[in-house]
Amino acid sequence: MSLARTILTEFLHLFVDDGSLALLVAVLIAAVAAAVKFLTLPPFDGAVLLLAGCILILADSLRRAAARKRS
Amino acid sequence: MTSLTTITSTVTASFLASLVEVVEAFTIVLAVGITRGWRPALTGTVLALAVLAALVVVFGPLLALVPLHLLQFAVGVLLILFGMRWLRKAILRAAGFIALHDEAKAFAAETEQLQRQAAERRADYLAGLAAFKGVLLEGVEVVFIVIAVGAGRGLTLYASGGALAALILVLVVGAMVHKPLAQVPENTLKFAVGLMLTTFGVFWIGEGLGAEWPGADLALLVIFAVLAASALGMVRWLRGIAAPILGRSGS
Repeated sequence: MSLARTILTEFLHLFVDDGSLALLVAVLIAAVAAAVKFLTLPPFDGAVLLLAGCILILADSLRRAAARKRS
Repeated sequence: MTSLTTITSTVTASFLASLVEVVEAFTIVLAVGITRGWRPALTGTVLALAVLAALVVVFGPLLALVPLHLLQFAVGVLLILFGMRWLRKAILRAAGFIALHDEAKAFAAETEQLQRQAAERRADYLAGLAAFKGVLLEGVEVVFIVIAVGAGRGLTLYASGGALAALILVLVVGAMVHKPLAQVPENTLKFAVGLMLTTFGVFWIGEGLGAEWPGADLALLVIFAVLAASALGMVRWLRGIAAPILGRSGS
């Protein structure tokens, strides 16, 4: 049982390290998908927004990590 | 039709990502083999590979039941999460905010733990279990990577080839040097793989949403270039921040 739990925990950790980075990425993807589906945003524009959003979220996560190190 | 760009990037991403994981698994198996003998090391390894094969056999065919656009979208989400996690860590390491992964150190820690357990009656069992867990946990990551980079375009066989090449390379080099592969530039590989997986993630989600990428699969190279330029910029920016902090903690 503990081995199965270890594997599941490790599998979750594959995707989630910084919780807020994972959450923000999930929200970004959901928002882009919703905008394409319901607000008739062109899919290519949605993909470009996704790329830009990922870069911003990554930069924000790094900024917070640096701030934690500084304090 | 699948282009050479997609096949090449799929095989490369799978090979490099698997290389990182196989090197880590090799370190654990080597520590078990040298400390407790090759019987528990190989038993644990073979059992873990059998479990991984069973996982692929059970879950692999289920992927064929998922509609392609939905599969690309779902795989894209997981790839972005996985890729950005690796990229974030690699940037923080490259900038000096967290320590680089040291395979020799990992080997020493594993060996020390096995030596502490040497007096126990179950020492061989515990050693075999360590090899089993190490191979299984790193192997699950390899299986995910192979499926994730391959499934979006039905290139799982090519991705498996990349992973197999990484396994063979590590086994051949490992058998020759008979020590942890500490010279492998782990952080550079993680940085590159993080970029590749995030690139695939953005690309697949775009396709899943119905986007027509200009230049079709060549758009992968453009997304990669944009992400790489941004990530390198972030490393430079963080190094500027890290220099005074590290200087202060070092003084």
